[in-house]
Amino acid sequence: MQIAARHLDKITIFDISGDIDLSTSPDLRKPLLRELRELRTPRVVLNLKAVRYIDSSGVASLVEGLKAARDVGARFILFGLNTTVREVLQLSKLVRIFEICESEDQAVAT
Amino acid sequence: MSQRNLLLKMELRSNPETLCAVRGAVAQLTERLGFSESECRAAVLGIDEALTNIIRHAYAGHPDRPIELQFRRIQTSSCAKSGEALEIVLEDRGKKVDPKKMCGRALEDVKPGGLGLHFIRESMDALEFRRRNGRNQLRLVKFLPVPDAPVGS
Repeated sequence: MQIAARHLDKITIFDISGDIDLSTSPDLRKPLLRELRELRTPRVVLNLKAVRYIDSSGVASLVEGLKAARDVGARFILFGLNTTVREVLQLSKLVRIFEICESEDQAVAT
Repeated sequence: MSQRNLLLKMELRSNPETLCAVRGAVAQLTERLGFSESECRAAVLGIDEALTNIIRHAYAGHPDRPIELQFRRIQTSSCAKSGEALEIVLEDRGKKVDPKKMCGRALEDVKPGGLGLHFIRESMDALEFRRRNGRNQLRLVKFLPVPDAPVGS
Protein backbone atom coordinates (compact mmCIF):
# COMPACT_ATOMS: atom_id res chain seq x y z
CA MET A 1 0.00 0.00 0.00
CA GLN A 2 1.14 3.54 -0.76
CA ILE A 3 -0.19 6.67 0.87
CA ALA A 4 0.56 10.26 -0.11
CA ALA A 5 -0.80 13.46 1.40
CA ARG A 6 -1.81 16.64 -0.40
CA HIS A 7 -2.70 19.83 1.42
CA LEU A 8 -5.32 22.28 0.22
CA ASP A 9 -5.97 25.16 2.57
CA LYS A 10 -7.46 23.47 5.67
CA ILE A 11 -8.04 20.18 3.92
CA THR A 12 -5.71 17.20 3.71
CA ILE A 13 -6.29 14.65 0.97
CA PHE A 14 -4.72 11.22 1.29
CA ASP A 15 -4.25 9.35 -1.99
CA ILE A 16 -4.15 5.66 -1.14
CA SER A 17 -3.27 2.84 -3.49
CA GLY A 18 -2.67 -0.90 -3.34
CA ASP A 19 -3.84 -3.41 -0.74
CA ILE A 20 -4.97 -2.45 2.77
CA ASP A 21 -4.62 -5.58 4.87
CA LEU A 22 -3.18 -6.85 8.14
CA SER A 23 0.38 -5.98 7.14
CA THR A 24 -0.33 -2.51 5.74
CA SER A 25 -3.26 -1.11 7.75
CA PRO A 26 -0.96 0.37 10.46
CA ASP A 27 0.61 2.49 7.68
CA LEU A 28 -2.82 3.94 7.00
CA ARG A 29 -3.93 4.27 10.60
CA LYS A 30 -0.90 6.22 11.87
CA PRO A 31 -0.96 9.18 9.44
CA LEU A 32 -4.76 9.42 9.68
CA LEU A 33 -4.74 9.64 13.45
CA ARG A 34 -1.81 12.08 13.44
CA GLU A 35 -3.59 14.34 10.97
CA LEU A 36 -6.73 14.40 13.09
CA ARG A 37 -5.48 14.21 16.69
CA GLU A 38 -2.17 16.08 16.52
CA LEU A 39 -2.45 18.42 13.55
CA ARG A 40 -6.19 18.97 14.09
CA THR A 41 -6.87 19.30 10.38
CA PRO A 42 -10.56 20.21 10.11
CA ARG A 43 -11.24 18.11 7.01
CA VAL A 44 -9.52 14.87 6.07
CA VAL A 45 -10.38 13.34 2.71
CA LEU A 46 -9.41 9.83 1.56
CA ASN A 47 -9.07 9.06 -2.13
CA LEU A 48 -9.68 5.30 -2.38
CA LYS A 49 -9.82 5.11 -6.19
CA ALA A 50 -6.61 3.08 -6.49
CA VAL A 51 -7.24 0.72 -3.56
CA ARG A 52 -7.13 -2.82 -4.93
CA TYR A 53 -8.16 -4.65 -1.77
CA ILE A 54 -9.33 -3.86 1.75
CA ASP A 55 -9.89 -6.30 4.61
CA SER A 56 -11.42 -6.00 8.09
CA SER A 57 -8.27 -4.43 9.53
CA GLY A 58 -8.44 -1.76 6.80
CA VAL A 59 -12.10 -1.10 7.58
CA ALA A 60 -11.15 -0.90 11.28
CA SER A 61 -8.56 1.78 10.43
CA LEU A 62 -11.22 3.79 8.60
CA VAL A 63 -13.56 3.47 11.59
CA GLU A 64 -10.75 4.66 13.88
CA GLY A 65 -10.20 7.64 11.61
CA LEU A 66 -13.90 8.45 11.68
CA LYS A 67 -14.04 8.20 15.46
CA ALA A 68 -10.97 10.41 15.85
CA ALA A 69 -12.59 12.97 13.50
CA ARG A 70 -15.78 12.96 15.55
CA ASP A 71 -13.76 13.43 18.76
CA VAL A 72 -12.10 16.59 17.47
CA GLY A 73 -15.04 17.92 15.48
CA ALA A 74 -13.41 17.33 12.07
CA ARG A 75 -14.90 15.94 8.90
CA PHE A 76 -13.73 12.62 7.51
CA ILE A 77 -14.73 12.03 3.89
CA LEU A 78 -14.18 9.10 1.54
CA PHE A 79 -14.35 9.27 -2.25
CA GLY A 80 -13.47 7.14 -5.26
CA LEU A 81 -14.89 3.92 -3.86
CA ASN A 82 -14.44 1.19 -6.46
CA THR A 83 -16.49 -2.03 -6.51
CA THR A 84 -14.09 -3.92 -4.25
CA VAL A 85 -14.04 -1.28 -1.51
CA ARG A 86 -17.78 -0.62 -1.77
CA GLU A 87 -18.61 -4.35 -1.47
CA VAL A 88 -16.50 -4.73 1.67
CA LEU A 89 -17.96 -1.62 3.30
CA GLN A 90 -21.47 -2.80 2.46
CA LEU A 91 -20.70 -6.24 3.88
CA SER A 92 -19.51 -4.60 7.10
CA LYS A 93 -22.83 -2.71 7.30
CA LEU A 94 -20.72 0.35 8.09
CA VAL A 95 -21.13 2.06 4.74
CA ARG A 96 -23.91 4.25 6.14
CA ILE A 97 -21.73 5.76 8.88
CA PHE A 98 -19.17 7.25 6.50
CA GLU A 99 -19.52 10.49 4.57
CA ILE A 100 -18.96 9.32 0.99
CA CYS A 101 -18.58 11.56 -2.06
CA GLU A 102 -18.50 10.67 -5.73
CA SER A 103 -15.52 12.86 -6.62
CA GLU A 104 -12.66 14.88 -5.17
CA ASP A 105 -14.34 18.11 -6.24
CA GLN A 106 -17.42 17.18 -4.25
CA ALA A 107 -15.40 16.05 -1.22
CA VAL A 108 -13.52 19.33 -1.15
CA ALA A 109 -16.45 21.62 -1.93
CA THR A 110 -19.28 20.26 0.21
CA MET B 1 -5.65 -35.96 4.94
CA SER B 2 -6.88 -37.38 1.65
CA GLN B 3 -5.26 -36.10 -1.53
CA ARG B 4 -8.44 -36.87 -3.47
CA ASN B 5 -9.81 -34.03 -5.56
CA LEU B 6 -6.99 -31.80 -4.37
CA LEU B 7 -6.78 -28.62 -6.44
CA LEU B 8 -4.14 -26.71 -4.56
CA LYS B 9 -2.06 -27.08 -1.42
CA MET B 10 -0.15 -24.20 0.16
CA GLU B 11 2.24 -24.18 3.09
CA LEU B 12 3.13 -20.78 4.43
CA ARG B 13 4.41 -18.95 7.48
CA SER B 14 2.24 -16.75 9.66
CA ASN B 15 3.78 -13.61 8.21
CA PRO B 16 1.16 -11.01 7.19
CA GLU B 17 3.29 -10.20 4.14
CA THR B 18 2.39 -13.61 2.64
CA LEU B 19 -1.32 -12.75 2.57
CA CYS B 20 -0.98 -10.91 -0.73
CA ALA B 21 0.41 -14.02 -2.46
CA VAL B 22 -2.42 -16.20 -1.13
CA ARG B 23 -5.02 -13.70 -2.32
CA GLY B 24 -3.53 -13.80 -5.81
CA ALA B 25 -3.64 -17.60 -5.91
CA VAL B 26 -7.22 -17.77 -4.58
CA ALA B 27 -8.38 -15.16 -7.10
CA GLN B 28 -6.98 -17.20 -9.98
CA LEU B 29 -8.26 -20.53 -8.68
CA THR B 30 -11.81 -19.29 -8.09
CA GLU B 31 -11.88 -17.61 -11.50
CA ARG B 32 -10.85 -20.89 -13.16
CA LEU B 33 -13.58 -22.70 -11.24
CA GLY B 34 -16.17 -20.43 -12.83
CA PHE B 35 -17.14 -18.18 -9.93
CA SER B 36 -18.45 -14.74 -10.87
CA GLU B 37 -16.16 -11.76 -10.28
CA SER B 38 -18.11 -10.83 -7.17
CA GLU B 39 -17.97 -14.38 -5.77
CA CYS B 40 -14.23 -14.55 -6.51
CA ARG B 41 -13.75 -11.37 -4.46
CA ALA B 42 -15.90 -12.84 -1.67
CA ALA B 43 -13.82 -16.05 -1.60
CA VAL B 44 -10.59 -14.05 -1.51
CA LEU B 45 -11.93 -11.95 1.38
CA GLY B 46 -13.18 -14.95 3.37
CA ILE B 47 -9.92 -16.90 3.09
CA ASP B 48 -7.80 -13.81 3.75
CA GLU B 49 -9.80 -13.08 6.90
CA ALA B 50 -9.46 -16.68 8.08
CA LEU B 51 -5.68 -16.44 7.68
CA THR B 52 -5.64 -13.07 9.44
CA ASN B 53 -7.48 -14.65 12.39
CA ILE B 54 -4.92 -17.46 12.58
CA ILE B 55 -2.02 -14.99 12.52
CA ARG B 56 -3.58 -12.65 15.09
CA HIS B 57 -5.29 -15.05 17.48
CA ALA B 58 -3.88 -18.59 17.15
CA TYR B 59 -0.29 -17.37 16.73
CA ALA B 60 -0.60 -14.03 18.55
CA GLY B 61 1.22 -12.23 15.75
CA HIS B 62 4.30 -14.48 15.60
CA PRO B 63 5.36 -14.37 11.95
CA ASP B 64 7.19 -17.70 11.60
CA ARG B 65 4.60 -20.35 12.49
CA PRO B 66 3.23 -22.86 9.97
CA ILE B 67 -0.14 -22.61 8.24
CA GLU B 68 -1.41 -25.11 5.70
CA LEU B 69 -4.20 -24.58 3.20
CA GLN B 70 -5.81 -27.24 1.06
CA PHE B 71 -8.34 -26.58 -1.67
CA ARG B 72 -10.54 -29.38 -2.99
CA ARG B 73 -13.41 -29.72 -5.40
CA ILE B 74 -16.02 -31.77 -3.58
CA GLN B 75 -19.53 -33.10 -4.02
CA THR B 76 -21.63 -32.03 -1.08
CA SER B 77 -25.19 -32.28 0.09
CA SER B 78 -26.98 -30.54 2.91
CA CYS B 79 -30.55 -29.76 3.84
CA ALA B 80 -30.27 -26.40 2.16
CA LYS B 81 -28.27 -27.16 -0.95
CA SER B 82 -26.34 -29.86 -2.73
CA GLY B 83 -23.89 -29.93 -5.56
CA GLU B 84 -20.26 -29.27 -6.33
CA ALA B 85 -18.34 -27.01 -4.03
CA LEU B 86 -14.93 -25.63 -3.28
CA GLU B 87 -13.71 -26.84 0.09
CA ILE B 88 -10.91 -24.97 1.82
CA VAL B 89 -9.24 -26.39 4.93
CA LEU B 90 -6.92 -24.14 6.92
CA GLU B 91 -4.77 -25.79 9.56
CA ASP B 92 -2.52 -24.25 12.20
CA ARG B 93 -0.63 -25.41 15.28
CA GLY B 94 -1.48 -22.40 17.39
CA LYS B 95 -3.32 -22.15 20.66
CA LYS B 96 -6.72 -23.73 20.90
CA VAL B 97 -9.52 -21.56 19.58
CA ASP B 98 -12.68 -21.44 21.66
CA PRO B 99 -15.55 -22.09 19.21
CA LYS B 100 -17.87 -20.14 21.53
CA LYS B 101 -15.80 -17.05 20.81
CA MET B 102 -16.27 -17.56 17.08
CA CYS B 103 -19.56 -15.70 16.99
CA GLY B 104 -18.37 -12.26 15.86
CA ARG B 105 -19.96 -9.12 17.22
CA ALA B 106 -23.11 -7.12 16.71
CA LEU B 107 -22.68 -4.98 13.61
CA GLU B 108 -24.75 -2.22 15.16
CA ASP B 109 -21.70 -1.39 17.29
CA VAL B 110 -19.67 1.21 15.44
CA LYS B 111 -16.21 0.26 16.56
CA PRO B 112 -13.02 -0.94 14.93
CA GLY B 113 -12.28 -4.66 14.96
CA GLY B 114 -14.31 -7.85 15.19
CA LEU B 115 -15.44 -7.85 11.57
CA GLY B 116 -13.26 -10.68 10.31
CA LEU B 117 -15.51 -13.56 11.34
CA HIS B 118 -18.55 -11.77 9.97
CA PHE B 119 -16.75 -11.43 6.61
CA ILE B 120 -15.88 -15.15 6.61
CA ARG B 121 -19.47 -16.17 7.33
CA GLU B 122 -20.87 -13.84 4.68
CA SER B 123 -18.36 -15.01 2.07
CA MET B 124 -18.80 -18.75 2.50
CA ASP B 125 -21.72 -21.20 2.44
CA ALA B 126 -20.49 -23.27 5.39
CA LEU B 127 -17.94 -22.93 8.15
CA GLU B 128 -16.81 -25.65 10.54
CA PHE B 129 -14.14 -25.59 13.21
CA ARG B 130 -12.46 -28.48 14.98
CA ARG B 131 -9.41 -29.22 17.07
CA ARG B 132 -7.52 -32.36 16.04
CA ASN B 133 -4.10 -33.69 17.13
CA GLY B 134 -3.12 -30.36 18.65
CA ARG B 135 -4.08 -28.46 15.52
CA ASN B 136 -6.89 -26.05 14.71
CA GLN B 137 -8.75 -26.91 11.53
CA LEU B 138 -11.12 -24.48 9.87
CA ARG B 139 -13.16 -25.92 7.00
CA LEU B 140 -14.86 -23.51 4.64
CA VAL B 141 -17.22 -24.50 1.84
CA LYS B 142 -18.37 -22.39 -1.08
CA PHE B 143 -20.77 -23.86 -3.64
CA LEU B 144 -19.67 -23.71 -7.24
CA PRO B 145 -21.93 -21.88 -9.66
CA VAL B 146 -24.45 -24.14 -11.34
CA PRO B 147 -23.75 -24.29 -15.09
CA ASP B 148 -26.51 -23.02 -17.37
CA ALA B 149 -28.73 -25.78 -18.77
CA PRO B 150 -28.16 -26.42 -22.49
CA VAL B 151 -30.57 -24.64 -24.80
CA GLY B 152 -33.60 -26.81 -25.57
CA SER B 153 -33.20 -29.10 -22.57
